[in-house]
Amino acid sequence: MRGSSLLTLLMLMPAPVVHADDRAALVRLVRQDCGSCHGMTLKGGLGTPLTPQALREKPVESMAATILYGRAGTPMPAWKSMLSEADAEWIAGRLQEGFPEESR
Amino acid sequence: MLTRLIGFILLLLSGCAQLPLRGTGDLGLVIERAAGRVAIVESSSNRILGRVDGLGDLSHASVVFSRDGRYAYVFGRDGGLSKIDLLRQRIERRIMQAGNSIGGAISQDGRLIVAQNYEPGGIKAFDAETLELVADVPATWGSAGQRSKVVGLADLPGQRFAYALFDAGEIRITDLSNPQQPTTQIFAAGRQPYDGLVTPDGRYYLAGLFGEDGVALLDLWQTEQGSRKILADYGRGSERLPVFKMPHLRGWAVAGRNAYLPAVGRHEVLVVDTATWQEVARIPVKGQPVFVIARPDGRQVWVNFAVPDNGWVQVIDTLSSRVATTLQPGKAVLHMEFTPRGEAVWLSARDDNKVSVFDTRNLSRTATLDAEAPSGIFFTARAARIGF
Ligand code: HEC
Repeated sequence: MRGSSLLTLLMLMPAPVVHADDRAALVRLVRQDCGSCHGMTLKGGLGTPLTPQALREKPVESMAATILYGRAGTPMPAWKSMLSEADAEWIAGRLQEGFPEESR
Repeated sequence: MLTRLIGFILLLLSGCAQLPLRGTGDLGLVIERAAGRVAIVESSSNRILGRVDGLGDLSHASVVFSRDGRYAYVFGRDGGLSKIDLLRQRIERRIMQAGNSIGGAISQDGRLIVAQNYEPGGIKAFDAETLELVADVPATWGSAGQRSKVVGLADLPGQRFAYALFDAGEIRITDLSNPQQPTTQIFAAGRQPYDGLVTPDGRYYLAGLFGEDGVALLDLWQTEQGSRKILADYGRGSERLPVFKMPHLRGWAVAGRNAYLPAVGRHEVLVVDTATWQEVARIPVKGQPVFVIARPDGRQVWVNFAVPDNGWVQVIDTLSSRVATTLQPGKAVLHMEFTPRGEAVWLSARDDNKVSVFDTRNLSRTATLDAEAPSGIFFTARAARIGF
């Protein structure tokens, strides 16, 4: 019962709000700065591939948690000093769909 | 009739190919990584001479030069290896040699180009002339025979190459003096080596460790002694700061008798005496150091940083072991390269779409060049240096 009401609450929560300017900045950050480990095309490098194929099965919340808190024992750093929860969720969601290109 | 025709064709060809005579000692490349393109630059006049495109994914691209300084070999992230003629400003040859690559090296005699790959993990050697594959040395390790990502590839005297295995925690030396029969020595290094360097004299190989504090050191003149750890516990058990970008190591770390190395997870440059390999100083800096590069004469060491501090560059005075100057040369400073004798340094500012040239004596900007999202800068003087 409690579990299901939590679920409803979660479903009622608005999707993460990220404004258009911030979005462009986030796309740049992911392509350029996450790209230093995951590759600009996100096909992987020292970090694992962040392509839709690689991430299809992974829950967005757990990916957002990886982004915010990093992964101990690996080079994946915690980005919470630079990204909000909404940013991380937005990024995780977009990664799963196929991340947007930077507009040049 | 036929000979006449051939003569005519030759005449035509030589007519098209006429190039003004010039050397290449003051030339270089700037990677325009998002565009898959390089700019060919000249440091005597601070100019872009031309551009070559069609080079694929150039994130983390790196370059080595043929020993005559005419050809640049560009290693792309996507496994592309391109040989560029700096004078004709065109691609001579291009191959796809791996799925995911992070750089390469050239042999002592200039005949072999060696790529270091993440996927499939290992090194591959190619004929420098034709880019034909001559040796494939997988970085296989462990009982299950998995392959490790390779980092820190450096050329050594004697047609050998040193590199480190990120996943296996090893340093390996592969001797390619007979490319048909490569032989490899293996040394335990420590947890997660992230990059490596050979000292400018070719004697020591260092692998920086990510998974623990310290640097693995191998004396290449006495490899039977194995690798040992220096700068162990520089973190002194305190919690690490996040590392938003991996530091890069190369022989430019050495200035005089000291080596200047980036700490990992600490905002410090560590100074170690290369005669004793003891720590002699730690210099607090603005952020997580990425490149720590000595001016060729060793009087200054320039440092840039990972995000969010990548708008800063600091200049260390090696006499006093202190930061002498802090500069803000542009947005997202990704790389720095000194001219061969160090009167100038070129800096790429990715988010400003600019390359700036600074006078290293008075630290003023002397030129600015437009380049699209510039990253690495590589001058042909690297052709003559061990480890470049
Ligand atoms: C310094 C290198 C580095 C940087 C920079 C980096 N990552 Fe990672 N990341 C890694 C590594 C290494 C892993 C794999 C960790 C493991 O082995 O579990 C990883 C894993 C991940 C995962 C989990 C993937 C999965 O399959 O579960 C996500 C999501 C991720 N990173 C997103 C990001 C985002 C978004 C950024 C930028 C905001 C970023 N990373 C920047 C190194 C990095």
